[in-house]
Amino acid sequence: MSEITPELVRHLGVLARIQLDDGEVERLTGQLSAIVDNIAKVSEVATPDVPATSHPIALENVFRPDVVGEMLTIAQVLQNAPDATEDRFKVTAILGEEQ
Amino acid sequence: MSDIIRLTAAELSAKLASGEVSSVEATRAHLDRIAAVDGDVHAFLHVSDHALDVAADIDRRRADGERLGELAGVPLAVKDVLVTTDMPSTSGSRILEGFLSPYDATPVARSRAAGLVPLGKTNMDEFAMGSSTEHSAYGPTHNPWDLDRIPGGSGGGSAAAVAAFEAPLALGSDTGGSIRQPAHVTGTVGVKPTYGGVSRYGSIALASSLDQVGPVARTVLDAALLHDVIGGHDPHDATSLEQDWPSFAAAAREGANGQALKGLRVGVIRELPDTGFQTGVAESFRASLALLEAQGAEIVEISAPHFEYGVAAYYLILPAEASSNLAKFDSVRFGLRVDVPGGTVEDVMARSRDVGFGDEVKRRIILGTYALSAGYYDAYYGSAQKVRTLIQRDFDNAFAEVDVIATPSAPTTAFRLGEQLDDPLQMYLNDVTTIPVNLAGVPGISIPSGLAAEDGLPVGIQFIAPAREDARLYRVGAALEALLVDSWGGPLLDRAPVLGANGGAR
Repeated sequence: MSEITPELVRHLGVLARIQLDDGEVERLTGQLSAIVDNIAKVSEVATPDVPATSHPIALENVFRPDVVGEMLTIAQVLQNAPDATEDRFKVTAILGEEQ
Repeated sequence: MSDIIRLTAAELSAKLASGEVSSVEATRAHLDRIAAVDGDVHAFLHVSDHALDVAADIDRRRADGERLGELAGVPLAVKDVLVTTDMPSTSGSRILEGFLSPYDATPVARSRAAGLVPLGKTNMDEFAMGSSTEHSAYGPTHNPWDLDRIPGGSGGGSAAAVAAFEAPLALGSDTGGSIRQPAHVTGTVGVKPTYGGVSRYGSIALASSLDQVGPVARTVLDAALLHDVIGGHDPHDATSLEQDWPSFAAAAREGANGQALKGLRVGVIRELPDTGFQTGVAESFRASLALLEAQGAEIVEISAPHFEYGVAAYYLILPAEASSNLAKFDSVRFGLRVDVPGGTVEDVMARSRDVGFGDEVKRRIILGTYALSAGYYDAYYGSAQKVRTLIQRDFDNAFAEVDVIATPSAPTTAFRLGEQLDDPLQMYLNDVTTIPVNLAGVPGISIPSGLAAEDGLPVGIQFIAPAREDARLYRVGAALEALLVDSWGGPLLDRAPVLGANGGAR
């Protein structure tokens, strides 16, 4: 059995920057427990002698010529921004009062 | 003119080239079809408001004597995962509602350059996470064979669009089966190319080491024609393969004469016994194998002992990569922002992501965050990457003995909308035969093999080839397709119910 607890799920939500409500935490705790129990079986065959594969078709040193590519304009970069001002993305306070 | 929509892309191309049909006529016929049936099917999230202008331009260029590509003037549906400059791109998510990309995805840009006419953007599970399109933030797509059933996923919109004759061709993306499983349940053809065969530039990333863009069509030749247009090296995608690919259309045309089957060794996986499939799916699969054998193919039993770990490895690797890729939806540069009075940017981010992401997306982000967290990384993500090696070795061993591997494309025919929505684990198992293909990076094709006896719904057969041998799939797929269509007396989709008649299907 996995050790997925509501506290862990809430913590994972903080790490993932998703503000989960209590109902979501409860639901996810149950669902993740079932899923993790099921997928934990990968460790049965993943013995130390087996190398890991991170990429299906490994390529090495993929370079392009060191020249300026096709760049987006500032207007294009900002066209989907929720808020922008003076050619910059605009956000609310970076630090909270207690910080 | 309603017959235009039932032409294959290859047939339509010939009529466009000869001047018998104009691109404007073809495009209008498909837009009319969308207007008539998409209220029921809901394959499209957005329909282009200028497709006729694009078509008129192609007609003008043709009239001016310009040499155009074979598919010039043929309408195309585009999965909403691919970004487009002239239509919104949402990847099926509320968080990207209204997003207008400043650039085109490479497969879209290449389609435009070849003269294809984009009709609109097709529905999908949010960020391609799902096997039914029920996880779309904009409501599910309905299977044209039975509107109460799922069209598969994540690319259910693209598959349903071609199955419902709303478009002759569509673009899809396949991370664990999102092109092939929808093809299976809708009686259409779908191909996941070799990893790196088609550029991922502009494909909103789900899991970067698994995602692959590919063609969706009603025939093997049509899929090949589209693959020829979108494939090949792209410097914008560092994982794109630098090599010359043969013409897949030529392979499909060559395959259709059936010679490809003489002496072909077809592997059937011992660890995927018929008992793991719905009876009608297994029966259809066996009938196709018998057809191949009758034409001189040899059916060889092979072993792939690590396939049973594929789904488990996939549901560690995919959420891990997705949780990283989806970090970009931070409410700063693009996408939804939900204001939190007095809150910091982090509060706004966390709130926006809670509101903007659907349940399945949150589930997988949280799972991926867990799998990557300190203390669990080796046991989960590290082990899953080792399983990936073991599955690659299974394929290597198999392809030492056989030319292609055949499996049913999915365990069951289309299930009912809502049936598996509350059971994520059950939903994940729909991709048991397609997932190992993505983990290994090899190419796979699903073509219709018939209807299941018990429910009359479509079934697909999947062929898998070694990496970079996509042409083999088109050769073999076209050969079997020709035999099957001959045995049916016409395309399988001729037996689908009439849509839009008397104000609704059935």
